[in-house]
Amino acid sequence: MYDVLIVGCGIVGAAAAYQLSKYKLSVCVCERYNDVANGCTKANTAILHAGFNSPVGSLEARLNVRGIELAAEICEKLSVERIQMPTFIIAYDTPHELAYIEKLYERGVANGVKGLRIVDRDEALALEPGLNPNIRAALYAPGSGIVNPWEYCIAMAETAVRNGAEVKLESEVTAIEKKDDYFVVTTSTGIYEARYVVNAAGAFSADVYALVGGKDLIQKNYAGQYYILDKSQGEKLHSIIFPCPDERGTKGICVTPTVHGNLLVGPDFYEVQDGDHVGTDPATLENLKEAGHRSVPGVDFREVIHEYAGVRPNTNCPDFVIGEAPECPHFINLAGIKSPGLSSAPAIAEELEQILAQCGLTLEKKDHFTDRRERIIFRTLSDDEKREVIKRDPLYGRVICRCETVTEGEIVEAIHRPIVPRTIDAIKRRCNAGMGRCQGGFCSPRVHKILARELGVKEEDILMDEQGTFLITSALKEEAADENGI
Amino acid sequence: MTELICIVCPKGCHLCVDEENGYAVKGNSCDRGEEYGKREVQNPVRVLTSTVYVEGAGGRCCPVKTSEAIPKKDIFRAMAELKGLTVQAPVKTGDVIVKNVCGSGADWIATKDMK
Amino acid sequence: MRMEYDVIVVGGGPAGLAAACSAREAGANDVLIIERDTEAGGILNQCIHNGFGLHYFKEELTGPEYAGRFIKLAKEAGVQFLLDTMVLSVDGHTVTACNAADGLLILTGKAIVLAMGCRERTRGAIAIPGDRPAGIFTAGTAQRYLNIEGYMVGRRVVILGSGDIGLIMARRMTLEGAKVLACVEIMPYCNGLNRNIVQCLNDYDIPLYLSHTVTNVEGLHRVERVTVAKVDEKKKPIPGTEIYFDCDTLLLSVGLIPENELTKDAGILLDNATKGAAVYENMETRSEGIFSCGNVVHVHDLVDFVTMESKKAGAAAAAYAAGVRCPKDGKVITMKPGAHVTYTVPQAVRMHHAAESVELSFRVDQVIGNSEIQVTDGENLVCRFARKQMAPGEMEHITIPEVLLKRVSGEELCISVKNLNQEERV
Repeated sequence: MYDVLIVGCGIVGAAAAYQLSKYKLSVCVCERYNDVANGCTKANTAILHAGFNSPVGSLEARLNVRGIELAAEICEKLSVERIQMPTFIIAYDTPHELAYIEKLYERGVANGVKGLRIVDRDEALALEPGLNPNIRAALYAPGSGIVNPWEYCIAMAETAVRNGAEVKLESEVTAIEKKDDYFVVTTSTGIYEARYVVNAAGAFSADVYALVGGKDLIQKNYAGQYYILDKSQGEKLHSIIFPCPDERGTKGICVTPTVHGNLLVGPDFYEVQDGDHVGTDPATLENLKEAGHRSVPGVDFREVIHEYAGVRPNTNCPDFVIGEAPECPHFINLAGIKSPGLSSAPAIAEELEQILAQCGLTLEKKDHFTDRRERIIFRTLSDDEKREVIKRDPLYGRVICRCETVTEGEIVEAIHRPIVPRTIDAIKRRCNAGMGRCQGGFCSPRVHKILARELGVKEEDILMDEQGTFLITSALKEEAADENGI
Repeated sequence: MTELICIVCPKGCHLCVDEENGYAVKGNSCDRGEEYGKREVQNPVRVLTSTVYVEGAGGRCCPVKTSEAIPKKDIFRAMAELKGLTVQAPVKTGDVIVKNVCGSGADWIATKDMK
Repeated sequence: MRMEYDVIVVGGGPAGLAAACSAREAGANDVLIIERDTEAGGILNQCIHNGFGLHYFKEELTGPEYAGRFIKLAKEAGVQFLLDTMVLSVDGHTVTACNAADGLLILTGKAIVLAMGCRERTRGAIAIPGDRPAGIFTAGTAQRYLNIEGYMVGRRVVILGSGDIGLIMARRMTLEGAKVLACVEIMPYCNGLNRNIVQCLNDYDIPLYLSHTVTNVEGLHRVERVTVAKVDEKKKPIPGTEIYFDCDTLLLSVGLIPENELTKDAGILLDNATKGAAVYENMETRSEGIFSCGNVVHVHDLVDFVTMESKKAGAAAAAYAAGVRCPKDGKVITMKPGAHVTYTVPQAVRMHHAAESVELSFRVDQVIGNSEIQVTDGENLVCRFARKQMAPGEMEHITIPEVLLKRVSGEELCISVKNLNQEERV
């Protein structure tokens, strides 16, 4: 019997597990994929929003502002790449746009966002020379930032596990049965009992809620597509740029550096039925180029290295859906965590802690809580540090991913962490190998071999990413053509 | 009359072979092109390359080729001769892996030193 | 171990091997190759097919054989090797590298040769629409899985792009039991060599779809279906021309890009057209004493030409290491790509070194029949070369004789192609 079972190990589930692992509780997280951070958390804009976008008085507004404060601490403690970076909402010389940034400014101030200012064109361009010089003014928000979203999730999940929580991968929750004072949770890999169940199922949170009779929550997921450009383009910008929204009121297509030094352009916005939607299409990508150029004219789209689509787990409720389910005591929803979910995650976890306490769960701090996580990122070390680390472990002297200078030492270290990465993309998310301009063309067969060796499995069994994404169809000549040809 | 693209070298000459006139070849830039044209129409042959598994070496596969071009019709039979084969290191370039591929007189030979 | 060398060669593929050998031949004492793989030979090690060496060795070799010969030559010549070693940066004549055995190495070379080769263009770079399942490989990655690792990566295959590696992999996967359904090329011509169309596609009845491209990839986990459509003259897909292929694999052979991150970080001038360093007649970059050769300068079709170009670089690096300098105030002639010519290598010729004739390599921008390559000095025609057929997939080579070069009065030579079959449209 667990005290708390969390459904889903994206950024929200991981933050929840991290927060609860500070207490004398038994915590289990069930994740349907073969790795954490594999849903919405792996494909988003990777921004820690300042907090001026959400309606005044909303949960979103409060948790966003609190969330980015916590993010600064957590990223520092757990070695997660995070860079504080201002946001500009740029306005052209139209009454609508100028009024819009004024409105955002007022909203931001009311939300408690610090340092907000309306800046004129000249000041904006002085602060960010990459901006379109034809703008009239901009809302300037210095408190925002960018983060490595999957690392953020992995770091919190790993730390939770180091402190006693359990993460069960490939465990899709298929049924939840309410007994008198506990739940029986059926998953694809086992049946577990828990006193409290937390729904952090992202784009599927309405489905999970429905397992305990929740009827009113309807998932209305939105997808958006993105371009990732080479580091040659990432160097061109040092802030997060949004245009004023279009008539549909979405945030508009963002241009932002990533913590890895690339440039990201996206997303657009359209409703999808499928919470796993990950496809891209040419017309949408063409729009991204146009919009990206409009905000930052210097972007060279010939330097694109990757495209992807992500899902924003939206529901019919305009705000985050956070709280004990009225029809099912001790079942707590952390649902509809759309943008700014990444920014809000640790604050959502604090919120969860309070809700659990109100529901009667005793929260007693652990005597020992490991709140540190070290990582060696070889390419960021000084020459002396490089020497030292190779001397300690020669595997750090062997570079596997040449685009991102990732060593075998980093990969092997990642494989032996508390949540074991078993796939090429799981290594990519942890070490950045394959994230660069050759997109793993060079290193993926090498990462493949290291994974098989370290995990003691056959190379045929190593996957690219989630279940079913096999790379090898057979050993050579096992199925070779016979004399009759094919 | 048969039109062919010569594969003897990367130049890719466009050849014309006249079957009714003693397989006379036109369009070639060298003697080897003429030879190719004549043979391609009568009995096309190819050098075949593949790999076999190797044990006790740095790598898992040893590349091999047929020492001579073999008849095109025998290609898949020649490939089948390598099925299930594992050689022991050390292997030297030129070592015979399978003798007399499909009775053609050519051998499967190693094309890399493996140790 | 030694920290100072006459010549340090970055990369132990065919370009690096040839450069190192010729540097030794030209008298350099301490010549070091730094290679990231555990063996020298570079990409040739996975190119197990034959067809290499006809120009250089006058016989047909496989990739590993060609590499093996050069590794032997280099060892006999006393070239030193640092294998399994990655160069992290080149700063002037200082090379920082690391490996497991020696840790971090800071080495200096009187001369440096950059021979890092190239990488493949990826799905991301060409933005193929659709789902993102497993089963999409660049042809070279698939080649590594098959030929080095010994694994098949698909059973039913569509190949996008008609580069030589794609064609070679069409045959290779067929021979190993896969069904290759189509080779799809967006251009109206094939990018690979004619001989490879014959012996890799035609021999196995694999259809080549010219002026077609992949417009969609479907598959939740692994590729399940690929949509191919015909394209118009602007390379835009034409609705209604879709062909659907049920397949589990999409191979990409859509171009190679010189791997110049070290060059760029070293502040060495690059040519926008080649994406490689701009070089002089002896393969010296615009940074003194730093030379570059092979696919890192411009992507070649044939390894034989990589070898020949790299020997030039190696010999020049040895001369530089021995203290031979080109006068700084000497005359420099810039090579300007004219009609139908996309680039030239070298990009400039220093007359001081043009004691011999100068070889130029270039590519054309379209398939051109009966035509003439013209080299002009302002209004004056310096020399011309007749060609029956030229294609973007095949690198052209011309040699401008010394006597003609010496007559050049301007500072620029224009290399252009005149199509003799049709009047040039204005």
